[in-house]
Amino acid sequence: MNLDFSFFSWAVASSFIAKGLIFSIQLTLIAMLGGIALGTLLALMRLSGKRWLVMPAAFYVNTLRSIPLVMVILWFFLLIPLLIGRPMGAELSAIITFTVFEAAYYSEIMRAGIQSVPKGQVYAGYAVGMSYGQTMQLVVLPQAFRNMLPVLLTQTIILFQDTSLVYAIGAYDLLKGFEVAGKNFNRPVETYLVATVVYFVICFSLSMTVRKLQNKIAIIR
Amino acid sequence: MANWDWQVFCKNTIDGEVIPRCLGSGGDISYLDWMLSAWGWTLSVALLALVVALLLGSLMGILRTVPHKGLVLLGNAWTELFRNIPLLVQVFLWYHVLPALVPVLKGLPSFVLVVFALGFFTSARIAEQVKAGIQSLPKGQRYAGLAMGFTLPQTYRYVLLPMAFRIVIPPLTSESMNIIKNSAVAFAVSIAELTMFAMQAQEETSRGIEIYLAVSGLYFISAFTINRIALAIEHRVQVPGMIGGSK
Repeated sequence: MNLDFSFFSWAVASSFIAKGLIFSIQLTLIAMLGGIALGTLLALMRLSGKRWLVMPAAFYVNTLRSIPLVMVILWFFLLIPLLIGRPMGAELSAIITFTVFEAAYYSEIMRAGIQSVPKGQVYAGYAVGMSYGQTMQLVVLPQAFRNMLPVLLTQTIILFQDTSLVYAIGAYDLLKGFEVAGKNFNRPVETYLVATVVYFVICFSLSMTVRKLQNKIAIIR
Repeated sequence: MANWDWQVFCKNTIDGEVIPRCLGSGGDISYLDWMLSAWGWTLSVALLALVVALLLGSLMGILRTVPHKGLVLLGNAWTELFRNIPLLVQVFLWYHVLPALVPVLKGLPSFVLVVFALGFFTSARIAEQVKAGIQSLPKGQRYAGLAMGFTLPQTYRYVLLPMAFRIVIPPLTSESMNIIKNSAVAFAVSIAELTMFAMQAQEETSRGIEIYLAVSGLYFISAFTINRIALAIEHRVQVPGMIGGSK
């Protein structure tokens, strides 16, 4: 079979691909920020030692981690319209789903991060008269974030890869952009190949950056 | 949530009539029948892919630790390649692209292609863990093996790998549970597995919540079972005297 990439022009990229790429990046960034915020809250709940906080947080995290992401995407696409009483677009539904889903994974990372901070730091916070909230905010969390930064970013690369799964509800992401372009020009083989290269370049360069960052942080510690 | 309708699983998939004993017979298929067969597909895809992933992943992980630059490079390139492309894209590569480029693959059923896609994807992650496991052993073990007159393959076979594999059982366990969850992407190439069943049955019956609950439950049971089996293996092979070994 002959490969023919000649149809692939700047016009094709900007009309089909750019829209999808922008959504994929948007989805990744929103889910990352929202997921880390919600995940940190869940991690604090699990480490609070209070049963009524630990139980719901543990249930949340364990449930979401035991179901495939595709199923979670389908669940939310089904449930959100039932709860709010009107249909919701696939893109918005995907943003909510990914934020909620990734929070479960980020919370496990943050839990490990908080536990990696020596106990003495907490006692030191209390000793200088800080409240629990102040100790967490000013002493523990900054160190936890710093220790876990490479892991948080690696999870974000996985999150970016997983955004392709919005395929299940037909949202228009990067992969969908390539698929639509492939169908329009009747060149699915070439477009999937280009899609592979694009995803690889993005993810590979991001993971190289994370690795460099990791070495940088490791020296200072 | 007031009106559950679990009877949906007893309905005939063709005419929607409730089948008396829930499991269809003589050509009639209830949604329960369909779901159980979908579960079978999920398990088949996941377990076969796990075999592929364990074989390739171990091989590549070992290559990344041998004193030979070319082989290390091969192992590293393999890992980076299959780790940095989304699984769904890899599934499409195997399904849409490779058969067009390599005519031999054209005759293969999509089930086999998905097994390879999932297996290769997971092999990169397993290679990472096997490599870490081998590197976590003291260097002296390798030297001791070579000093005893073992060849390099013998050193791996009798000295390094028996310890390394025991060390990586916990991360391999979570990878095996991931492969069950990741097998859900097979829906994208129309394998009749659980997620595909969930999507289609939801559309046909409009009883999405009941169907999704059942499917999610089956995923949970599958992953949990793998977890228990792995734990049993871990206990069976543990070395006395090591941390995590028996007392």
